[in-house]
Amino acid sequence: MNATIFNIQKFSVNDGPGIRTTVFFKGCPLACAWCHNPESIHPQPELVYFNKKCIGCHLCVKVCKQNALSADGHKINIDRGKCVRCGACTEACPTEALQMAGKQMTLAEIMTEIDKDVVFYQQSGGGVTFSGGEPMVQIDALEALLKLSKARGLHTAVDTSGHARWQDFERIIDYTDLFLFDIKHLEEDMHRRYTGVSNKIIIENLRQLSARKAAIGLRLPVIPGVNDSDTHVDELGKLLSSLNIQKIFLLPYHGIARGKYERLGQAYSLDSLAEPSQMEMERIKNRLENFGLTVRIGG
Amino acid sequence: MPAVIRREIGMNDRIAQLRKQSVDTVPTLSIERAQLVTQAYKQYEGKVSIPMLRALTFKHLMEHKTIVINPGELIVGERGTAPQSAPTYPELCCHTTEDFDVIDLRQKIFFRVDDQTKAIQRDEIIPFWRGKSMRDHLIANMTASWRDCYEAGIFTEFMEQRAPGHTVGDDKYYKKGFLDFKKEIEQEIEKLNDLTQMDAYDRREQLKAMAVSCDAIIRFGIRHAEKALELAEKENDLVRKAELEKIAEVCSHVPAHAPRTFQEALQMYWFVHLGVITELNTWDAFCPGKLDQHLEPFYLKEVAEGTLDREGAKELLECFWVKANNQPAPPKVGITLKESGTYTDFCNINIGGIRPDGSDGVNEISYLLLEIIDEMRTLQPSTNVQISRKNPDRFVIEASRVIREGMGFPSVFNTDAVVEELMRQGKAIEDARVGGTSGCVEVGCFGKEAYILTGYLNLPKILEITLHNGVDPRTSKKIGNETGSPLEFKNLDDLMAAFKKQLHHFVDIKIRGNNVIESLYAKMMPSPFLSIVVEDCIEKGKDYNNGGARYNTRYIQGVGIASITDTLSSINHHVFENKTFTMESLLDTLAKNFEEDPVAHQIMLNKTPRYGNDDDRADKIMLQVFNAFHDEVTGRPTVTGGKYIIEMLPTTCHVYFGSVIGATAEGRKAGMPLSEGISPVQGTDRKGPTAVIKSASKMDHLRTGGTLLNQKFTPQVVAGEEGLGHMKDLVRSYFKLDGHHIQFNVVSADTLKAAQFDPEKYNNLIVRVAGYSDYFNNLDKSLQDEIIARTEHHEF
Repeated sequence: MNATIFNIQKFSVNDGPGIRTTVFFKGCPLACAWCHNPESIHPQPELVYFNKKCIGCHLCVKVCKQNALSADGHKINIDRGKCVRCGACTEACPTEALQMAGKQMTLAEIMTEIDKDVVFYQQSGGGVTFSGGEPMVQIDALEALLKLSKARGLHTAVDTSGHARWQDFERIIDYTDLFLFDIKHLEEDMHRRYTGVSNKIIIENLRQLSARKAAIGLRLPVIPGVNDSDTHVDELGKLLSSLNIQKIFLLPYHGIARGKYERLGQAYSLDSLAEPSQMEMERIKNRLENFGLTVRIGG
Repeated sequence: MPAVIRREIGMNDRIAQLRKQSVDTVPTLSIERAQLVTQAYKQYEGKVSIPMLRALTFKHLMEHKTIVINPGELIVGERGTAPQSAPTYPELCCHTTEDFDVIDLRQKIFFRVDDQTKAIQRDEIIPFWRGKSMRDHLIANMTASWRDCYEAGIFTEFMEQRAPGHTVGDDKYYKKGFLDFKKEIEQEIEKLNDLTQMDAYDRREQLKAMAVSCDAIIRFGIRHAEKALELAEKENDLVRKAELEKIAEVCSHVPAHAPRTFQEALQMYWFVHLGVITELNTWDAFCPGKLDQHLEPFYLKEVAEGTLDREGAKELLECFWVKANNQPAPPKVGITLKESGTYTDFCNINIGGIRPDGSDGVNEISYLLLEIIDEMRTLQPSTNVQISRKNPDRFVIEASRVIREGMGFPSVFNTDAVVEELMRQGKAIEDARVGGTSGCVEVGCFGKEAYILTGYLNLPKILEITLHNGVDPRTSKKIGNETGSPLEFKNLDDLMAAFKKQLHHFVDIKIRGNNVIESLYAKMMPSPFLSIVVEDCIEKGKDYNNGGARYNTRYIQGVGIASITDTLSSINHHVFENKTFTMESLLDTLAKNFEEDPVAHQIMLNKTPRYGNDDDRADKIMLQVFNAFHDEVTGRPTVTGGKYIIEMLPTTCHVYFGSVIGATAEGRKAGMPLSEGISPVQGTDRKGPTAVIKSASKMDHLRTGGTLLNQKFTPQVVAGEEGLGHMKDLVRSYFKLDGHHIQFNVVSADTLKAAQFDPEKYNNLIVRVAGYSDYFNNLDKSLQDEIIARTEHHEF
């Protein structure tokens, strides 16, 4: 079995307890306007172009069988319509200006990477985190990887948008030690507007996981002007305090992904949004704590 | 954003003033020692045996060198005539007048030399010592092929300007005074039998020399007592007067007798330290080793009796810190300066670890020392923590808290691995447990072993010569063997086979030279004082430099393991496997320093499997090189009956060694620094610190005498209590994998670049180099650039 993975991150210290390896699945049903991993959204590998690394050797143009690449002075142009994502140009590129975001990996290959850092997991109480994108989209691979990880005695975490069929959660709940569950907005309209999908299934899955006593770390990306109002925070507090949630992680919006959009040839809709101040973050934290919740700023 | 948030400084006014004097004083060169040694040689040379000549010279020094007691000091004694004043050792290396000018005027690591000093050197010292110094003897006795290799930068030679030393004290002089040692020596003399013992004469001369050295150091103590009383009489401040009287009392007791108090214990050690570093210019000065364990009984006793509290002990230790910082490494020139370009003299205090019975050795003094490191922030002494699986996590966390401040102090060692390394070398377990690490990273049995670093070996240079069939492309001189045209190599095995032949050739040349040098020191330059404090020299009646110690080890230190690995990996990947280039075109590209083929340069830089990423394609090549080096050197016999062991460390030699190598296939341009220690090539470890640790742990550290791994972190990644936890877990994990040493540079590249741009503002910035820390401003530009280029691991 294969999975489409866009990154395997070692020494990951913000995706669950201890030192972890985070496996990022490619493909996500949501398209959040603030997504800091835009290369994770599309389910297929994609060509990424680092303009600044390009030395204009045009070796890529010569190897592209689709004529998707053309020379443009000391740079290149990409016709993404013609690109079939074969990766030949990235092989040829001497400077890694062209890279493939995402590749097919066998489960054995993925486990080999995970196994490399077992000594660190054991020492630190860490383990493996499956993230994305949305790992639930590739549920067969996710389930298999979780089972393989549990068979090795590793602590497992699944970082999910919650947008998946409940029966898929059923398949992994016994092999998942921790769900890192994202909530973006409780209002249906706002959720649709900023993520492209309904939040009903997400909230329902959260309730179900809570009812099943799954360990849940809830993650809230704090997006100024979108989900940081007192009313919304209070609403969240009400919902979350009624559920079985270990800890809430407030993730302040940051604009560092801007360049990633450019490399993918995409537009970034939040171009002028400012990052929330520490004071703002503290305000939200305090409000949620008033509901008796355990809250921390950061991963 | 402040780069470093300083914790409140707890040092008192006395320490603040002493520290200021130590840090602000400009290093100077003192000619006093050279004059005294010359006087002694003129008086005794030819009239007495060589050991006695050395002992009488030492005695002359101890009787006549200027006694210095600085205002406010509680621990007394200087090597030079003032703080930051360094003597010279003409019997080892007689500087030319040009040397003095260079030492005086160079931009970095200078010592101011006044005109009078220069005149004395010219008129008194040079005329007597010209052609007679160890350096002269050494160079005269080397073969032409040795000199060729030395000039080509294949290896360096440690004993060219400084003496063997490389040793550390144990606890014997806290339990005995020098009168006790003298008694033991006299008893050994009594036992000698000229009829049945064929070496009785040699032994007697050696033992007599050691007895004279006992008298000499006792006299040195008394002279400090006299000076203290003299100052006390003139002193109007009653508090200081009492302190001076106390100093007089302490110095009339030690070093003659075993210390009774915490202050006496520190003063005892300091006299021994000054004795060792005045007798000869020993590499790595001298070192108290496990200071926390040695001082613990004195501390506990005095605290119980109510004569000392924690603050009092801290003040005395901080006075001691200042003494260590007052002694810059004596001036070096030429290649020796290039391999060790620093004022640091590598007195590297061990903290924590285990006790001789194998139990947890961390005690209250261990934590006190960590506090002092953080408060004092001086270049010297160097410090390290010894981490055993038996030590509590709290100790690792508290050490990490200090390391996080960014000075690179203390460095972190795996005590359990150190013990295994020593035992594998054939030491008894109880001796191994008394051992530790010193200098940069080298292991030794404290108080019982001479473990001498003999020189760095330039592994990538040997590969370069292999790729030119024995010729050094920089000079076109044939200094290697003909191991075949590189164009004939079909695969990595062919290349490795040729490399191993060259390695054998050069190691033979190095060790042939070492053997001569070892014999020269054994015969011409004994160190009777040092021999008193190193186990079994008295029993054997043999000098430290002549195999008197219980254990005798010699090290050769390999440099550039990551550079050579990546170079071989590149050739393997691009020439042998993918056939992207032919060997001919690759060598041509390198010869032209990539200038005509920037694309090929980028391919080699970016498309080569590299060490440091937990990638077996590269790491297996590293292992081949490591094993080749290990097998070539390890176990070869030494003149004094010991064995050779390898180490993997560079100090500052990776910069010098890089400067003599042309472009390499891993994408390194001609003349640029090599990788340092066993760290990955700067900027190429892209999978984070766990991958680096995994790669580094694939070599068998237990078969070395020390390895050196540096990791650079941005301050954010180790922020907060969680960050300290991550540091602890990385350390513990590396040590589970038998890693020997790890050090963290917690400073951002931005800070370093700002310091380069505006050095005045960053006068206090201390950074980790390789096995030691230094002021960033003291480093050469190329070394500064190299540190900036090291990969910065940040948060994910």
